[in-house]
Amino acid sequence: MNSNGTNGDIRIGFYICHCGHNIEGMVDCAAVARDIAKLPGVAVSRDYKYMCSEPGQELIQTDIREHALNRVVVASCSPLLHEHTFRNAVEAGGLNRFFFQMVNIREHDSWVHTDRAAATAKAIALARAAVRRVRFHRALETTRVPIHPDVLVVGGGITGIHAALTLANGGKKVFLVEREPSIGGHMAKFDKTFPTLDCAACILTPKMSAVRAHENINLWTNSEVVKVEGYVGNYTVTVKRRPRYVNEELCVGCQECIAACVFKEPKFPDEFNVGLGKRKPIYIPFPQAVPQVVLIDRERCLHFKTGKCKKTCVEACADRHAIDFTQKEELVQVRVGNIIVATGFKLFDAKRIPQYGYGRYPNVVTSIELERLVTSSGPTGGEVLLRDGTHPKSVAFILCVGSRDFKTNRWCSRTCCMHSMKLAQLVREHTDAEVTVFYLDIRAPGKGCEEFYDKSLKDGIRFVRGRVAEVTDWALREEEEGKLVIRAEDTLAGVVRRIPVDMIVLAVGMEPQADAQDVRRLFNMSCGTEGWFLEKHPKLAPVSTFTDGVFIAGCCQGPKDIPDSIAQAGAAAAEAMALIDRGYIEQEPNTAYIDQADCSGCKSCLPLCPYTAIAFDEATKKAAINATLCKGCGTCVAACPSGSIRQHLFEDEEIFSEIEGVLTHA
Amino acid sequence: MKKYAYFPGCSLKGLGRGYEESLLPVMERLGVEMVELDDWNCCGATAYMSIDEKQACVLAARNLALAEKTGAGDLVTPCSACYLVLNKMKHYIKESEEMRTTVRRSLDGAGLSYSGNTPVRHPLDILVNDIGLDVIKEKVVRPLTGLKVVPYYGCQVVRPYSTFDDAWNPTTMDRLLATIGAEVVPYPLKTKCCGASLTGTLPKVGLRLTYILLREAARRGADVISTICPLCQFNLDAYHDQVARRWGPVPVPTVYFTQLMGLAFGLPAKQLGLNRNFVRMKPLPAAHAPA
Amino acid sequence: MIQVLRTVKYEAERVKGFGREIMSVPGCENLASCIQCGTCSGTCPLSVYMAHSPRQIMALVRADFKDEVLQSNSIWLCASCYACTTECPREIRVTDIMYALKLRAIREGAYPKHFPIPILAKEFSRMVRSKGRITETLLVMRLFMKANLRAVLGAWRQGLGLIRTGRFVILHERIERREELEKMLASVEAGEANPSPKDLP
Repeated sequence: MNSNGTNGDIRIGFYICHCGHNIEGMVDCAAVARDIAKLPGVAVSRDYKYMCSEPGQELIQTDIREHALNRVVVASCSPLLHEHTFRNAVEAGGLNRFFFQMVNIREHDSWVHTDRAAATAKAIALARAAVRRVRFHRALETTRVPIHPDVLVVGGGITGIHAALTLANGGKKVFLVEREPSIGGHMAKFDKTFPTLDCAACILTPKMSAVRAHENINLWTNSEVVKVEGYVGNYTVTVKRRPRYVNEELCVGCQECIAACVFKEPKFPDEFNVGLGKRKPIYIPFPQAVPQVVLIDRERCLHFKTGKCKKTCVEACADRHAIDFTQKEELVQVRVGNIIVATGFKLFDAKRIPQYGYGRYPNVVTSIELERLVTSSGPTGGEVLLRDGTHPKSVAFILCVGSRDFKTNRWCSRTCCMHSMKLAQLVREHTDAEVTVFYLDIRAPGKGCEEFYDKSLKDGIRFVRGRVAEVTDWALREEEEGKLVIRAEDTLAGVVRRIPVDMIVLAVGMEPQADAQDVRRLFNMSCGTEGWFLEKHPKLAPVSTFTDGVFIAGCCQGPKDIPDSIAQAGAAAAEAMALIDRGYIEQEPNTAYIDQADCSGCKSCLPLCPYTAIAFDEATKKAAINATLCKGCGTCVAACPSGSIRQHLFEDEEIFSEIEGVLTHA
Repeated sequence: MKKYAYFPGCSLKGLGRGYEESLLPVMERLGVEMVELDDWNCCGATAYMSIDEKQACVLAARNLALAEKTGAGDLVTPCSACYLVLNKMKHYIKESEEMRTTVRRSLDGAGLSYSGNTPVRHPLDILVNDIGLDVIKEKVVRPLTGLKVVPYYGCQVVRPYSTFDDAWNPTTMDRLLATIGAEVVPYPLKTKCCGASLTGTLPKVGLRLTYILLREAARRGADVISTICPLCQFNLDAYHDQVARRWGPVPVPTVYFTQLMGLAFGLPAKQLGLNRNFVRMKPLPAAHAPA
Repeated sequence: MIQVLRTVKYEAERVKGFGREIMSVPGCENLASCIQCGTCSGTCPLSVYMAHSPRQIMALVRADFKDEVLQSNSIWLCASCYACTTECPREIRVTDIMYALKLRAIREGAYPKHFPIPILAKEFSRMVRSKGRITETLLVMRLFMKANLRAVLGAWRQGLGLIRTGRFVILHERIERREELEKMLASVEAGEANPSPKDLP
């Protein structure tokens, strides 16, 4: 079909939808159809009850054939809902799908006005605008962008691990990049997990080993992503691999070098044990670390600091020569089609609430510190001890530290009620201390969680509903001497209580990572007001972002527990696989383009593009737009001083004619 | 020469006169000019706010307007209640259109005006942040070495309008006391309420709060409690016999921080109003007596 | 004989709109966000003496139980130390709400006859209004006369102490331009009696 009709005339088909009562209730559709029928170029003008229905779509197709239509306008609901539907119908009728214009007379008219006459007049004005515009539409084609089959997963916690394994099992090649020297994330530090009280290491380490062993996964630990270029299906990612000073290929993790180190005793705070334990300058993060490779802390190693070390570690590794002090930072580039960001969270710094005494009173600890104390492989061998080495006779948990608080973080961190009760149960198992949990609400929504709460109650853990204002060390009575005193209102019993305890555990909340803003810029994502990475839709698209090909999963999207993190990991992997298996995405042609003849090479447009889609060709001294990166925002079109940048589907004549259409009716 | 507008408040002319008697010579020694507001009126304290908040605001506004009129700079007020009320009303006037109109109309009638810009500050703030600890240290002729001092701030200076220190763990006075040579006793009750006017109206309640403060100071081995509020000083000083009768004796004296500063500057105790205390402070070790 | 009381609160006892009225006082809007966590009561040094803890007062105010609130001793025991306001995780200005309640109680005369705390407030304001300044010792004497004559006897030792240390003031402190102050305060009263349209919020 010739785009301008057999005789060069435009033949427009106009359809106004009643949408049941939604539009017809406020707009006289028949009247609109009658008005539009009188306009030049309109061959057919109908009103119909439900245009999006099968008969409605068939109506369009039939009319195209029987009336030789070469343009179609539908006045109905929001294009977000049915533009795609009607474009399909137009295409099925034999026309190029972009000879179609949609008018929103529901969300923009019938749903927001209460005067029928005025609403009808407005619908007529909008319809006239569309009818004038559509004659300038040209035949356009969607482009297909191929998807590179490899995937980058950023973050090697439980979420990243699960996403990587799912993709790898699906036959996709995965680059798993983790900042720490080992994968495992926060979960590796836990003793048991709620509500099953499964040992965290026992359920995590098989997955960690699977990652190591999987032929489809390239594991890069001690590494960070530093640059991301490209677009969906075609990303070029630069990864900085930091030196361990130990050759990963050669080290077998026998750890004899650690035993041989000139530091006879471990001296430095151990990151994995959150400062509660000590390590040497040469160390392995934890026994089940993956990769099972040692690393050297350059800041503390005698050789690096003074140049005068016997290097007994090298001696111990004589047969393998795995230690290499000359290792340098490496920048590696990879090409991937999709990226899954699973960078996790950090814990609230309890020092920000000095009233709770963290950092001041030695026996005030955070939940993660207690995890390390109860773990049998932890710094105290699983003994819950006070700083002086004795067992506590009374332990208090303070919930909502840095959560649900207008002064620090407003949100609820979702997991703390459950993990506090879990830790409370473990404390009861390991000691015979009296345990009291000071809470605002107990949130136990997952499967088995309410039962877990009941079990805690039956285990004799005391619950006091009252938010703690401060922890003090001054005693009013004999029983309080030498202890930490919590004064709180037991709101349920309706009385203020003073409760002396030996040890206090702060259930610190979750926060976005400290560099979340830098990371989100790196991957061209947004953050929500609270700082978590922003999903495309909170209900319908929780793992997608506004950047095609970049997905988020796990706690970096918001606080959640392990089952939900794994669910999101699987979801993100599935989204990525859907793209990869289809092999391409369809790109809308509403992109901007530069008329090379008119472009004066002034470069005004280059810095304006939020998607870095414009490039300057030094040879021709003109700018050109990469249609795959372009999102059609129109900024460069408006800014170009010579008017050489134009946009498909938003050409000047199209816009001006719309304006005229509205004004002629007014 | 640094100059400030000075609002003493009713208490500093009455029960709290020891505060003024020590504050003014200390400021003079530091080269600071304090210009007392002409014909200042009562700020209204906490009591007037319970009767009528608009009138209370006008009481405060008159003083703020008078301060602006002197053109002497920032307004300094030593009494905690005055500090709180004047700052609170400043906020009210700024945030409430209704309050602004009421205040303007009242002030107009008296030929006064208030732009809303005069800062209301506390002597601790002036001393440590404007004048500086270095300058103060220079003036110390008799450091209070070996004197164990509890820094007691009370409530209304640090909460809720304090701009110069932390509401929960203020340290301005701690640093000041250390500068004049005293040994500062770590004190967890440094911002706990002394009982305020309840010591007079409901002694059973008010005095217990006072008692708890004195008791902890005694347990921590304090020689003296240093305070910044005239009501706190009165409560901690004038009720020892009643406290002793109810709960037991806790004979720790309480003085104004300005009195300690005065001693450190070598000024005679009598001039600083130290003889006005019910519970006298032990004389400082002879080795450090002024020549 | 064991005292048995039946306590049920019926909807008819609510003074509808009371909660919203209190919340409309500048600074008190956040009461809507109260989650009844009890931090205010936990940190309040007077809460152990109050008939209703600060948290309970907030709940009663929001639920419109005006009579119960104004008749409680809680609002009078508040020492305005602002600890609650500082610690509240919802940034509710609890102390300012207590002031608003005190104001209502005094305006409506809802307190026991010889209760010293509101009497002190009233005498304070009278002295300020007439003299422009407070003379503490004279104020306390007036308080004793009106509230509790017997307490004067108990306070003799303190009185002597004040005389001895030169802190006892017999003559009224006054300001000079008393008429100016009176005029200013009167203009506020006039404005409240006849609010002009532009004064209304």
